[in-house]
Amino acid sequence: MEDSLQPAEAGRAGGSAVRLRGVSIEFPVAGGRYVAVDKTDLAIGANEFVAIVGPTGCGKSTLLNASAGLLTPSTGEVLAFGTRLAGLNRAAGYLFQQDAVMPWKTAIDNVAIGLEVAGVARREALDRAQTWLKRVGLAAFADRYPHQLSGGQRKRVGLAQVLIRDPKILLMDEPFGPLDAQTRQIMGNLLLDLWAGDRKAVLFVTHDLEEAIALADRVVIMSAGPQARIIGDHAIDLGRPRDAAEVRLQPRFHELHKAIWGQLRTEVMKAYGGEAA
Amino acid sequence: MSARGVGLLVAQALVAVATIAIWQIGSSVPIGGVYLLPKFFFSTPMDVAQRIGKLFADGTGKIVNCPEPIQITSLLSIADPCFGKTVWQHLTFTLTEGVLAFVIGAAAGILLGFWLARRPFLSDVFDPYIKMLNALPRVVLAPIFMLWLGLGIWSKVALGVTLVFFIVFFNVYQGVKEVSPTVLSNARMLGMSERQLFAHVYWPSAMSWMFSSLHTSVGFAIIGAVVGEYLGSAAGLGYMIQQAEGTFDTTGVFAGMIILAAFVLVIDWGVTLVENRLLVWRPPAAGTRD
Repeated sequence: MEDSLQPAEAGRAGGSAVRLRGVSIEFPVAGGRYVAVDKTDLAIGANEFVAIVGPTGCGKSTLLNASAGLLTPSTGEVLAFGTRLAGLNRAAGYLFQQDAVMPWKTAIDNVAIGLEVAGVARREALDRAQTWLKRVGLAAFADRYPHQLSGGQRKRVGLAQVLIRDPKILLMDEPFGPLDAQTRQIMGNLLLDLWAGDRKAVLFVTHDLEEAIALADRVVIMSAGPQARIIGDHAIDLGRPRDAAEVRLQPRFHELHKAIWGQLRTEVMKAYGGEAA
Repeated sequence: MSARGVGLLVAQALVAVATIAIWQIGSSVPIGGVYLLPKFFFSTPMDVAQRIGKLFADGTGKIVNCPEPIQITSLLSIADPCFGKTVWQHLTFTLTEGVLAFVIGAAAGILLGFWLARRPFLSDVFDPYIKMLNALPRVVLAPIFMLWLGLGIWSKVALGVTLVFFIVFFNVYQGVKEVSPTVLSNARMLGMSERQLFAHVYWPSAMSWMFSSLHTSVGFAIIGAVVGEYLGSAAGLGYMIQQAEGTFDTTGVFAGMIILAAFVLVIDWGVTLVENRLLVWRPPAAGTRD
């Protein structure tokens, strides 16, 4: 296992779904500008599952928002399948950390809405939404409102809502963050199952290194902010299909974890040191 | 019904019985030679009940027992309590005013609420004026509305509108502003255009805020109507009460008040039904009464 600042080979195969080139992102703050992310390069291959790990406040989500087109970088550019982004990334689906489903719509209406706004007839949209609800294990909950579902069920609705549009790129911002450990593993396996079908490009942000290794093809490490940048890029050579829970018992998992954690720990300590200072 | 439910019902009934008993005794049994609640000022529950019964039975709406028609030959010649309208007509009049006030006030509030919420600059420009108008006690507007719109239905509607408008306006404004940024970003990422965002995000959010204040705004629409009638009208519940008061007909005043209270209760119950239907997606909030 070698640390490398170059994107791994897999990132080039089939062209890049998302490519960040010299991306810096700044926010105006009282008395100046806060540079969240500094001159970052990152490429995600068309069928690649990439996880970004870093200490709290390192700008992981900022990078994801730039890839989604929700944020415009101060310098540098974001390319989606070779085209420079202007506005939202239409090829991307985004699963948010917080609850993002519409509370005034039932589960099935929430899932169907992505098709409806794209002009699909309501009846067909509902049929397809029902199929997706079944895929995420919520067939019996179609008429429930979000507040009548558990946190894990709401995430499933969110996942179906994003995937029904069949985005080429899936951006996920600590999607399972608020869930308990067991539910996270179940959701991880659900995600892997769904992903195995068509292998979209995935950019998965998490603070949980184990989760990152269990799911991804590549784990990218970010340094502590401000002026966060990518400091490590590790290929994960665990076989697929994987079980997000069982893979953690393999010796190779432990080797990878040990190698990456060594690097991540320094940054985590820096982040805490920075907060204490 | 549970044991507690029965107990509660009994206790609630006891409050009514005790209140009416105190009223009846105080007004009809002299204690130490003094009536605690003199009939002239308090009437009696029996008289009030009979009056309400009579009002609805013969429908004459005669609140005042006048020997012959009172001819008011003033400029506007409005009042004729002896040959007035039936109580149903009064109710219909007040209801019409309330409904019109609510519909017009709500429509204006929704329109302006959305418009200003989406235009921060204009919102900042109008902010002090909206606050000023809202701070004004609306009753003082009644005379000017009478002057502008006459003594008919529209001056009362206008008064109700000024009350309803601000409640709806502030709620819609807040509803648009308080849309969760995550829900909004998610909707954008799902491919919604500005129009679709309006239909699927801003509108439902604003409506939920508006409906959560439905009891207040509907109540204010009725208040506007009744206060307007009270200050100058030829029909309506407020007019009925005002007429009775003008002839020291305490029984008539109490009868009118009780009819008005019952009327508002019925409307409030209707609002609850509508609210439960429309806000079914809302989690039951802690501390709400139901």
